[in-house]
Amino acid sequence: MKLRQVQEILKADFVVGQEKLDMEVKTAFGADLMSDVLAFAKAGSLLLTGLTNTQVIRIANVLDIAAIILVRGKKPSAEAIELAKDLQIPILTTKYILFETAGRLYAEGIVGCLEKVESSSAHN
Amino acid sequence: MKVAVHTTENNLHTHSFDIEGGNFSNAGSVSTRIKSILKQIGLPDDVVRKSAIVCYEAEINVVSYAKKGKIILTVTPKTIEIEVVDEGPGIPNIELAMKQGYSTANQHIREMGFGAGMGLHNIKTYSDTFNISSEVDKGTFLKMIINAQ
Repeated sequence: MKLRQVQEILKADFVVGQEKLDMEVKTAFGADLMSDVLAFAKAGSLLLTGLTNTQVIRIANVLDIAAIILVRGKKPSAEAIELAKDLQIPILTTKYILFETAGRLYAEGIVGCLEKVESSSAHN
Repeated sequence: MKVAVHTTENNLHTHSFDIEGGNFSNAGSVSTRIKSILKQIGLPDDVVRKSAIVCYEAEINVVSYAKKGKIILTVTPKTIEIEVVDEGPGIPNIELAMKQGYSTANQHIREMGFGAGMGLHNIKTYSDTFNISSEVDKGTFLKMIINAQ
């Protein structure tokens, strides 16, 4: 699915990266715990989160996240917006809660970047 | 940020970056720099990504717990070596600190979304070779090696 469809499904607004409307995305990860994002999110995925600090942008850069979707109508700080522009990471903001955001994307074909964690180590 | 760059015969690059303890607004900036350096060298995406994750986790640890620290990046034709040395409280029980879910993070660190006790474990997961040593009230030393292919 293209990022423009993600925007339509979530009735989202671009904060950064409108020029990447045609970027293809297939998978997503959602969490407000950055420790878990670092452990589980995969390259090329959407990151659905309610955290808006600059660390979210740094982590998205480190992990090669395709785009950040801020849920529950959250707006990033001016500092985070500048950093996202520098690092060319699109940010969209949607009023849907995390559950609705994930559900609406899943219903249209976006799947988790991993289905579940391994029971032995909680890592894969 | 102070950056020293040396080029020797055996190593393609050695870079040294200073990290300031407690400075969360700058936290992660060294890892962003290191990632762009490795990308510029033309290393494969997954190698760059693994190195960046390892750096970031270590950098956040230094900012969260230590007074100051340093990351030394050495790129050889076959490996990416990342050494992290800090002046801080040290880790009394390394085995315990390596356990998933174990954390000594304070409220401030947790509010930023960290402190779930995944950092050191995650560093080990993404490194091909991982070494850690620590002395209480002195500091901690990490050495991670990621194979270049």
